[in-house]
Amino acid sequence: MNEPSRAEPFEPKVVAYCCTYCAYTAADLAGSLRLEYAPNVRVVKILCSGKIDAVLLLRAFEDGADAVYVAGCAIGDCHFLEGNLRAIDTVAYAKKVLAEIGLEPERLEFFPIPASAGPLFAQRANEMTDRARELGPNPLRNTKGRDAGGKLAPEPDRHPPLPEARLGTLVRHADRLADCPGETSNGSST
Amino acid sequence: MIVAKRKPLEQIEAMLEGFERILIAGCGTCVAVCMAGGEKEVELLAAELRMKGKLEGKRRVIDEITITRQCDKEYLDQLAKYAGEYDVILSTACGAGVQFLAERYDDKLVLPALNTLFIGVAEGPGEWSQRCMACEECVLDQTGGICPMTMCAKNLLNGPCGGTNHGKCEVDGQKDCAWTLIYNKLKKLGRLDVLRKIQPPKDYSVMAKPGRFTHEAFEKAEDEEGK
Amino acid sequence: MAAAFRDAFATKDFVVTAEVGPPKGTDVAELVRHVDLLKDRVDALNVTDNQSSVMRISSLAVCRMILDRGGEPILQLTCRDRNRMALQSELLSAAVLGVKNVLCLTGDYVSVGDHPQSKPVFDLDSVQLLQTVCLLNHGKDLAGNAMQGPTDLFPGAVVTPEADPIEPQMIKFEKKIVAGARFIQTQAVYDLDNFKRFMDEARKHDVKIMAGIVLLVSPGMARYMNKNVPGIFVPDALIAEMAAADKDKRLETGIRIAGRMIRRLRDEKVCDGVHVMAIGKEECVPEILKAAE
Repeated sequence: MNEPSRAEPFEPKVVAYCCTYCAYTAADLAGSLRLEYAPNVRVVKILCSGKIDAVLLLRAFEDGADAVYVAGCAIGDCHFLEGNLRAIDTVAYAKKVLAEIGLEPERLEFFPIPASAGPLFAQRANEMTDRARELGPNPLRNTKGRDAGGKLAPEPDRHPPLPEARLGTLVRHADRLADCPGETSNGSST
Repeated sequence: MIVAKRKPLEQIEAMLEGFERILIAGCGTCVAVCMAGGEKEVELLAAELRMKGKLEGKRRVIDEITITRQCDKEYLDQLAKYAGEYDVILSTACGAGVQFLAERYDDKLVLPALNTLFIGVAEGPGEWSQRCMACEECVLDQTGGICPMTMCAKNLLNGPCGGTNHGKCEVDGQKDCAWTLIYNKLKKLGRLDVLRKIQPPKDYSVMAKPGRFTHEAFEKAEDEEGK
Repeated sequence: MAAAFRDAFATKDFVVTAEVGPPKGTDVAELVRHVDLLKDRVDALNVTDNQSSVMRISSLAVCRMILDRGGEPILQLTCRDRNRMALQSELLSAAVLGVKNVLCLTGDYVSVGDHPQSKPVFDLDSVQLLQTVCLLNHGKDLAGNAMQGPTDLFPGAVVTPEADPIEPQMIKFEKKIVAGARFIQTQAVYDLDNFKRFMDEARKHDVKIMAGIVLLVSPGMARYMNKNVPGIFVPDALIAEMAAADKDKRLETGIRIAGRMIRRLRDEKVCDGVHVMAIGKEECVPEILKAAE
């Protein structure tokens, strides 16, 4: 049998966790300046890049993202003083975990993006999209029973609910899949 | 509190080899504080194992539940409705919790996800150090509040030894010599005479394992009627 | 026949001891050579106990070998490898085999040796071990049981005159004497003025003190010890003296320095004797003693 014909070229799905004070502002600015950047990037607004936990980053990959980056304030300018420093450590740790699992750590990155740096925001978005394109699709995308689906952040301005400790509550993985928005269950690939 | 750390991923993977339905049971007390086995760490471990499993083509379902703690029967009972559905339970509690869970669900294989380290304190975010080795005979009154059983590598009761090196221990130049610390502390408190006392050899019979302790209030009273 | 070590302190002004280290293995040819070389030149020979936490033939076996060859051994006993039962057992065994002297030490930690994964024992410390020797000498064991026959062991201990801070070391030194130490062999000393100051304090107690003399073989060794060995301080003047000598004369210089120190300690009646340590260079000990005449 011949090589399967090349379907449409692979379009990566990239998630950008952007802090409210700098990176998201830069994203807004990029928009106002009508700068064009890869449409593959989905922006998730978080209060501070320091809020990022390794689990959040891993979940993004588990749910099929091809690349993830965390964008925070410039070093020394974090609105919460040291949040971006904490984010850098967390991203470094998550990269190690990715390597242990068998995913390329290059799929994850941290970028400091000052509020006024609209063009830098666009540049990083393109950079990570190209990187994801080069590395190829996340192998977890096409695993049976799981599909990243569409939007990962339904409304950028709606903050996700704060996590509560649910001691004594069983979390079934299957239920969590069902909860994910835009989910087409049972493995039909997009 | 009890400080533990998560076993390396390869070791956990090796333990889970061949199992399909896995329940990760977390503990919300000591191991949550030392960031080894609490709810967040269970989420992270579950995500790691799922992703690794999928990348390697394994068939696995991994669910998570974190209970308040695993060293109390009442909390372990909460697992009763679910335990039957899984092939194996991976517990992220300390050694005591894992064993208690295994006793309670004794027809299930229960695996430890952590290595229990010591009784310790938090020196800073992410940093814990040992302070106590549960020797069952506290001598902190004789040493100004510094434990020679734990902080001295040789657990000397009449220290220091000849290896003390400018206040550091011969075993590890980063570690302080406990007896130099004790000397300085007793000097500060004006209690150096305590240091001149010869401490007798430790009675290790109190540390016979496995230990058992019943609170006086719960000891069975003498049967008065029977007299 | 060597005079008993204990008596030597009464009959002589200046007592001299040296040291042999058992090998790791059963080939004792070199050990026997060293024993034969030294046994008649010194008042007693220390035999180390798994020195530096490296597993070797036990001190007791070699002490017996020394007795067989007409020498006077000092059993070195550390708390690292034996619990209190084994320690008392070893002391009783030493007594029935004819060993009369024991040096009670805490012992290096297991991690510095070649079996770092062993379980460190340290059931007793050196002070408690000295108390144990005294109990056994009085016919009782640590649990208070009466024994069938007491021991008659001459107990000794170690002190580090150059310890920094010195006060905790001195407090422990006093505890060792209260616990029963009758002779002391110090860690290596090089700064004799410092040592004299130490002796001013130490003389207040009724105990015999022997200064530790370690042979220097190179300036590098001196610098290494200064940096890495706790409680040893080689003054710059001595390092310079070693460095000034030609490479092939360095050993000679070390021997001369050691001899000079011994001579000064003896002539100025600073202490009751010296303990010469030349592990690896036992053949040099006779020359050191000659240089001290």
